[in-house]
Amino acid sequence: MYSRAYQRLVAIPPLLWISAFLLVPYISLFCISFWQVHSQQIVHQWTLHNYGQLVGNPVYLEVLGRSARIAASVTALSLLLGIPLAYCIALRAGRARNLLYQLVIIPLWVSYLVRAYAWKTILGGNGVLNTLLIHFGVLHEPATFLLYSPFAVILTLTHIYTPFVFLPAYASMAHIPKALIEASKDLGASPARSFWTVVFPLSLPGIVAGATFAFVLSLGDFISPLLIGGPNGIMISNIVVSLFGAAYDWPLGSAISLCILILVVGLIAFTESLEKRLRLGGGR
Amino acid sequence: MSEPLLTIAGVNKSFGSTKVLQDVSLTIANGEFLTILGESGSGKTTLLRIIAGFEQADGGTLTMQGASLSERPANRRHINTVFQNYALFPHLTVFENIAYGLRAKRVPPSEIKTRVDAALAQMRMAEMAARRPSQLSGGQQQRVALARALVNRPALLLLDEPLSALDASLRVHMQSELKALQRDTGITFVFVTHDQEEAITLSDRIAILRHGRLEQLDTPRDLYNRPRTAYVATFIGKANLLPNGMAVRPENVQVFAPGSVTPPKDSQSWTGTVKRIVFAGASDLIEVECSEGVTLNARVPSGGSYPPTVQLIVAREHLIPVA
Amino acid sequence: MRSKISWVHAHSLLVFAFLYLPILVLIVYSFNGESVAGFPPHGWTLRWYHELFADDALWSSVENSLLVAAAAVALALLFGVPAALALDRASFPGKQIFRRLVLLPLILPGIITGLSLLTLFAAANTRLSLLTVAIGHGTALISVAVTELTAGLQKFERVLEEASRDLGASEWYTFRRVTLPSLKLPIIAAALLIFTLSLDEIAVSFFLVGRDNTLPLEIWSRLRRGITPEINAVSTLIFAFSVVTIVLWFKLRAAED
Repeated sequence: MYSRAYQRLVAIPPLLWISAFLLVPYISLFCISFWQVHSQQIVHQWTLHNYGQLVGNPVYLEVLGRSARIAASVTALSLLLGIPLAYCIALRAGRARNLLYQLVIIPLWVSYLVRAYAWKTILGGNGVLNTLLIHFGVLHEPATFLLYSPFAVILTLTHIYTPFVFLPAYASMAHIPKALIEASKDLGASPARSFWTVVFPLSLPGIVAGATFAFVLSLGDFISPLLIGGPNGIMISNIVVSLFGAAYDWPLGSAISLCILILVVGLIAFTESLEKRLRLGGGR
Repeated sequence: MSEPLLTIAGVNKSFGSTKVLQDVSLTIANGEFLTILGESGSGKTTLLRIIAGFEQADGGTLTMQGASLSERPANRRHINTVFQNYALFPHLTVFENIAYGLRAKRVPPSEIKTRVDAALAQMRMAEMAARRPSQLSGGQQQRVALARALVNRPALLLLDEPLSALDASLRVHMQSELKALQRDTGITFVFVTHDQEEAITLSDRIAILRHGRLEQLDTPRDLYNRPRTAYVATFIGKANLLPNGMAVRPENVQVFAPGSVTPPKDSQSWTGTVKRIVFAGASDLIEVECSEGVTLNARVPSGGSYPPTVQLIVAREHLIPVA
Repeated sequence: MRSKISWVHAHSLLVFAFLYLPILVLIVYSFNGESVAGFPPHGWTLRWYHELFADDALWSSVENSLLVAAAAVALALLFGVPAALALDRASFPGKQIFRRLVLLPLILPGIITGLSLLTLFAAANTRLSLLTVAIGHGTALISVAVTELTAGLQKFERVLEEASRDLGASEWYTFRRVTLPSLKLPIIAAALLIFTLSLDEIAVSFFLVGRDNTLPLEIWSRLRRGITPEINAVSTLIFAFSVVTIVLWFKLRAAED
């Protein structure tokens, strides 16, 4: 229906820009990851040295493992918080539904940095949490693990990503035809049973999407660890940041970045095929 | 017939592996009201879209007033369309909707005003000029869609089931309006519908499409009295299909008490039992199960009473050979 | 049916409390009389807001952020609108790869987007500046523009374009007078979202910034040096701004339906 000229006119400019500023940078990252640094200079010698370092160095592996654990914890907690919230607002909130939905979205729009900083205030030695816990006799002195620890990172990132898990889960649930849930009730199912046998399976594609989002972005986060992670909260992206900064080893940093990139792409491909299979089973 | 306005010759169209139109040929005369009639899946909408220029035929030719139409894009044919759901521009007023085609062709503003006002007056929509489509009723939207197309003075107007979205009484009203409009403007109308009553009421000629093929092209009267195939016979009006390859219209089946009349020469006759009498207003339809395993319907004036067994006679001239 | 309040509702209430606790803390502390973030806050003062408004370096970074955000919106829409149209109606080799590439920055950690562009700029010997930051934001946020516009295009009825062509309009005329007007709301919604995301962006900016800081990076560098109570004040202001923006965005979305 659209002429060749029309199609070309809309397709070519974005293609060019995306190639130049998205594709070429990835390719550049790819190339650098195979080069090396000799006396403060990047030498264009092709080698697998950097990848060897990644696999061989126990420090990197440990940080990667910790990052994965933190990301998994964040995802799990976000799901725990976000899914019942989505269920409550989508299906048990009546007319308050739209307003409550907007209330969940608002924190998303507040600056990430601002929220991380707020947690710093709350979790500090003199902060809200410690003071309350001491006041109620739960603790005798401030708990130091609250701040500058993996715990702080997990807490902050959960706060950030719960709304991100909520969004697709809510969208899926809101799209479930009311008739299905009514049929379930009509056939005698309790609310809990209706949830596990009807709502949950049909919203699984949305849940999987949200979980992937939370996991990937937590894994790649470097701001929270720097702000409140402390020495034990260092994550893989922090290593990359220092390699591109003071530690000056762009090739190694690129190698790690490329691995993260491939991991993300692989994860997306996997969850997409998972979603497809889930959708075919049920849902729209 | 004088020089035809549009000649469609050997048109084929497939979507993927589905053959939607097969070797369709017909000519459209200047100033006629032609209906393309068919069930869903018959290819009628596709044919219309090919004429309008929204689809390209895979094979065959389209010629209008001697010139080939196929290479001309949709916006350069002197053909306008009234779409099924009107496709009025929601962000423009009624006036601007009607003026759209004129503005696109850079008609001078003063002339636009004159012509659009005239079109509005013709459709009795003058007070609606500043309204938006969402503020109009279905019937009003339809008239705007008509005005929008006709104001461009097309050589050919295509109407894609324009009345199907209206409810019954409005439909009948709009049918007569459309017929009058076509007569007054003299513009050739090509009308697509699946409703055979509508087709019979409105058309000078009807082209019946079935599974992508042209089944028959004739005036309504000829289609009714001389259907060429069993499909046409049963599609237009009711028909009894006889095992010997003939068809007969129910009103031509005469009902008598058994043995009371001798069948004339060359007529066909049966005896059978009356299964049902269906009231149909001015007439009754009698369903008779005959001894040869044939069931016939006879149309009789309403209110008569009949014995359980009857004799049916059909005169020779009412037997129609159908393929 | 019995009482409708159940553990699900209680759970949701707790989650809301969790989500809003830090924000409330911020707002309260921005008026805190004491400069140290102890609990409970003492006194009530507008001092931090006063100091904030006198802080030239901070306002200069706000100005930078606004410039970058505006440039990012322009860039993202300039390429995002055609990209969405191309994905909706053009066919070309590599279309699916293109789609994935465009949408990748949505889920890819910002560090990767930032670093990859850094290597490009380094190879091209380009000095880092607000321009490089704007290019980074704009390119990454094409994904948001495409997402919003694709949703809008799906609601759009193609038959309107056919009607326009039927009435004699060229493709360009049709685009101008029928297609684009129908995309007005999605474009504005996208612009709003892109603007807000760019203002808050930190990961990509981190690697592409030159001499001039954006607001998040300015806040970041101060946080690294130590807690300054002004930060609470500026955070509260950012929160207020965000709320206004999101209410606007919701109204736009509602108007689209």
